[in-house]
Amino acid sequence: MTTEAISKKSLFTPFNVIAGLILALGAVLTVWRFTQGLGAVTNLDNNNPWGIWIGFDLLCGVALAAGGYVTSSAVYLFGMKKHHAAVRPAILTAFLGYLFVVVALNYDLGRPLRLPYPFVVQSGTTSMLFEVGLCVALYLTVLFLEFSPAALEWLGYKRLRNTIHKCTIALTIFGVVLSTLHQSSLGALYLIAPSKLHPLWYSTYLPTFFFVSSAAAGMSMVMLEGWLSHKPFHNVMSDEYLGQHDDLYYGFAKGASWVLLGYVFIKVIGVAVDNEWSMLASGWGQWFLFELLGFALLPSLLYAIGARERNLKLIRWTALLTVVGIVLNRLNVSLIAFNYHLPSEMRYFPSWQEVGVTLFVCTMLVVTFKFIVTRMPIFYDHPEYKDEH
Amino acid sequence: MHQIFYTLQDFMLYTKGWAYILMGTSLVVFVAYWKFLFGRDKD
Repeated sequence: MTTEAISKKSLFTPFNVIAGLILALGAVLTVWRFTQGLGAVTNLDNNNPWGIWIGFDLLCGVALAAGGYVTSSAVYLFGMKKHHAAVRPAILTAFLGYLFVVVALNYDLGRPLRLPYPFVVQSGTTSMLFEVGLCVALYLTVLFLEFSPAALEWLGYKRLRNTIHKCTIALTIFGVVLSTLHQSSLGALYLIAPSKLHPLWYSTYLPTFFFVSSAAAGMSMVMLEGWLSHKPFHNVMSDEYLGQHDDLYYGFAKGASWVLLGYVFIKVIGVAVDNEWSMLASGWGQWFLFELLGFALLPSLLYAIGARERNLKLIRWTALLTVVGIVLNRLNVSLIAFNYHLPSEMRYFPSWQEVGVTLFVCTMLVVTFKFIVTRMPIFYDHPEYKDEH
Repeated sequence: MHQIFYTLQDFMLYTKGWAYILMGTSLVVFVAYWKFLFGRDKD
């Protein structure tokens, strides 16, 4: 086989072809959206000003990127050093998650050059959106700094890498504080719409629900990402990473099980304090119970059984179930149970262009993740820094 | 099960009562669940 044939074969893999097609479609949609405006490509209107670019890309993106603060605080603040090898993949996933949340946000907001405006041109700092914007901007910077040692090791900038590495604990603490703030504030955004969001999902505890569920989402996402990465990136995974892999699953499964049970309890308490028991018998109530029992209580029990029985397969599938559950919860709050009282013809359903942009953003994330992990020391320690941890 | 409340006091007594029962239950359930979750750990 000639060199030309080999390079052609390696370039036109099924993954590359599909990703290339999606990226090409996304480029067209990007030009379309930024030249013709929101009305040309979305089904948004005055009743439904936020669609899947907020409900999925932003809310789910931020929740599923919580693995960064969960893993780094477990290792650096709570001393679970045995999970050290999982920190870099988790930080990378979180960094790319937040980065593409901001990219997706630009499609919804328009005028990307005005993205920093809330920090300088605004009428007050008491807005929830300001708090979310500030936290996400700061946390993205923190994640960039937390991720940068891997890139600097790859590039060979030793001194700068060592300087940033010394700030790891401070960055981790700052990251946890910022995550606590904005994960809950994303839920608090919906406190402004008590008449639009169905009472079963609306609660004054929404910020608590969002924060607690984000911790379970983060742990589940770390496990899911480890599972999905295992086959394609096995050749770049160190023995240390592979050796710690199973213990990480058992540890995080117990943690996620515990957090999910707590989440179920506070959700039920939310129903009790607003006296919404009678609503549980309605159609919306059954949907609410389907979400709560099927995607929070069931994964909690399955994680516990998986950790007790040392059943990796069960834990992996439960991680997928939990991630689907978090996505369902965020979509329920932002889209499905939102404007529940409107007639069906006035309800929001995303246009194919909105779905296309979301697919485009997700594909960019996966392609960037692949580019980085096949080049930089993410799943293995750089030979020059092996004994530093 | 649709309660009729004539005063805010009635409503708060009813809903807070449920919340306190659930919180008390959670304390018992969490201890049992912890034992179930970590019961097989060696140390």
